[in-house]
Amino acid sequence: MFETLSDKLQTALQDVRGRGTLTESDVTAAMREIRLALLEADVNFKVVREFTAAIKEKALGAEVIGKLNPGQQVVKIVSDQLTELMGGAGGDLSFSPRPPTIVVMAGLQGSGKTTATAKLARYLREQRSASVAVAACDLQRPAAVDQLVKVGKQAGADVYERGTDADPVEVAAWARDRATTEGKDVLIIDTSGRLHIDRELMDELARIKKTVKPHAVLLVVDAMTGQDAVAVAEEFGEATGFDGVVMTKLDGDARGGAALSVKAITGKPILFASTGEKLDQFERFHPDRMAQRILGMGDVMTLIEKAQDAYDEDQAVALERKLRKQQFGLDDFLDQLRQVRRLGPLQSLLGMIPGIDKQLRNVRVDEREFDRIQAIILSMTPSERRHPELINGSRRLRIARGSGTNVQAVKALIKQFEQMRKVMRQVAAGRMPDLGALMGGGGAPGAPTRLGR
Amino acid sequence: MAREWSDLFIVDGRGSEHPRPVRASDDGERERRGGRFRRLRENLRRTRQALTAEVQATLFEELDDETWERLEEALIYADVGARTTAQVVEELEREAGAGSLTGGPQLTERLVELLADTARTGQDTIDLRAHPTVILVAGVNGTGKTTTVGKLAWHLRQELGLSVVMAAADTFRAAGIEQLEIWAHRSGATFVSRHPGADPGAVAYDAVEVGMREGADVVLIDTAGRLHTQQDLMGELAKVSRVIAKQIPDAPHETLLTVDATTGQNGLLQARLFSEAVPVTGLVLTKLDGTAKGGIALAIAQELGIPVKLIGIGERLEDLRPFEPAEFARALVAA
Repeated sequence: MFETLSDKLQTALQDVRGRGTLTESDVTAAMREIRLALLEADVNFKVVREFTAAIKEKALGAEVIGKLNPGQQVVKIVSDQLTELMGGAGGDLSFSPRPPTIVVMAGLQGSGKTTATAKLARYLREQRSASVAVAACDLQRPAAVDQLVKVGKQAGADVYERGTDADPVEVAAWARDRATTEGKDVLIIDTSGRLHIDRELMDELARIKKTVKPHAVLLVVDAMTGQDAVAVAEEFGEATGFDGVVMTKLDGDARGGAALSVKAITGKPILFASTGEKLDQFERFHPDRMAQRILGMGDVMTLIEKAQDAYDEDQAVALERKLRKQQFGLDDFLDQLRQVRRLGPLQSLLGMIPGIDKQLRNVRVDEREFDRIQAIILSMTPSERRHPELINGSRRLRIARGSGTNVQAVKALIKQFEQMRKVMRQVAAGRMPDLGALMGGGGAPGAPTRLGR
Repeated sequence: MAREWSDLFIVDGRGSEHPRPVRASDDGERERRGGRFRRLRENLRRTRQALTAEVQATLFEELDDETWERLEEALIYADVGARTTAQVVEELEREAGAGSLTGGPQLTERLVELLADTARTGQDTIDLRAHPTVILVAGVNGTGKTTTVGKLAWHLRQELGLSVVMAAADTFRAAGIEQLEIWAHRSGATFVSRHPGADPGAVAYDAVEVGMREGADVVLIDTAGRLHTQQDLMGELAKVSRVIAKQIPDAPHETLLTVDATTGQNGLLQARLFSEAVPVTGLVLTKLDGTAKGGIALAIAQELGIPVKLIGIGERLEDLRPFEPAEFARALVAA
């Protein structure tokens, strides 16, 4: 998400970090780089000014504590300050004790309200076991109602709509009553995109708010927004008020300075992050992790959570037993592969691992390679999968044909698998395998080695 | 004043086998246009206000370090970006140092000139002499592609009296096809679509075929919004372009990238990566009716040499306008 900013801050602090003492000119030079990096990341210039001033003051007055050298201390100060600015541990949407909890989605045109509405619905269903209805009150954009009907259904929510010839305020009130009658836990109201300076539409939003008395108004903000994010947030804040922010399009390469700005200027928490076109690419926004990520420490927590979601305890136990008995076959290999893929595209996983994102960012992962491997394995008979050594020339040819690949690909896969099985035997036998060779470099995964320098 | 549509489009006169639509009397026409320009001015005035304060406050003081710093911040605030801002301000500083600039008004004038020069780049017209002229519209999600295609079709039909085929190659977004169909109906364009989830290349193919068969003047192709970082989707866009080129070798004659004026520095990456996938010939800078200044267009023009061709200044049909560099520059600093 914010990789490029983290690069720049790292470059800015490279010299400082390498030295034992910190001079005023060091700090000034570093601050200049940080200022530029933040501006390039679209952080509002006023926020940048305050941010760098605060850091400079702290950096110059900082006492050398414990094992940190002065350079590391600057990194820590920047990190702490960034975390503070982003809003500490992060918030969540709280449910009303008297359902339905009503949420109104608001924002500019094209910020992604309708998609975010469906994603939030799905998220609340899955993560909070809530029954959710969504209401189509965007009657401005052609076909917006159709869109919500489609994505709302995909999200497993009931879609309340009354066509486009109605008054949005009335539709909202009607939806609230219906959600109450039908005993929904949550009602999410999608509204038209509107310009923050459009009196008439802002007034309409205020009337919706007054009529349905939502428990939360969420402002949907595009992560690619530039300096204007602050003006937008301020105007929405004044006209209707809002309680939290949903950042969208965070899967792009926008550095998302808007997130920092909006939080710093309005004080409203960023609650959710939307990170892709699929409905499940939506998660709680973690300001503390995001600040660490900005500094190049990766997003290990997100990765761990994802892994936990996709991980099947029973399968893992069975796998361990097989490993011990040395019965690990290509079937099991395929299961593992599928589990990893369930975490999401490998490309986005790589970005979350500390230390490797910079080198691997430009490596394009060919996801189709996985499909090919899968096709090859599925073209084998069950006994071939358990005992790959059975596979001779004619079997190879059959497998290659069946999977639409070639003999070389089948050969290569079996060879790789044999190597892997060898390493696994070593592990099972309690010996430390040569992981360094497997991973193409030394160092244990997970340790933020760059900061440890 | 904004450029007229006739300044933007190059036509060979052949397009008017289709009669120009009946117009109101000249007086009515003048009035209508007066109203339109008033609206444009009003919309752009909002853009000016914030900067005016910054720049004017700067310019009546002595030209010292603080002047340049505040000028820099004003341009940064307009999303012009650090690099382009630095270049413009350095040039002004140099000229002031050489004594060719004295005092505020001169500085303002020169600043506008420099910004307009930055915006003025490449081939900034749209050549409609090919029959049909194929125009492909691409961009990131939510930047206003479908709306731009709809409004452009309306202008081509109503202002130039051209026959238009519109293609819904956005087969991904739920209801994307319906949205474009509504626009086709409004503008009186022939509408080409397939089922949701269909191959966008196939839709483009159909549209060009219909355009050739019906002897249409312009074929407008709307595509799905895609983030420039999604390699597979960028590949899909390149394929759409290739499919079109197979039918008409020079097509698409025009590939427009929509950029939301609220976009920050990421706009530069968008323009760069879209250009790598398809030959982007111009920008449509949308949503200039808010408080966003759209300065990212200057950074894109400066670094990639892609001109802005159209601007979107409101929700109404006539709020899609040809881009005029000097006016845009003046709006940025409010002369």
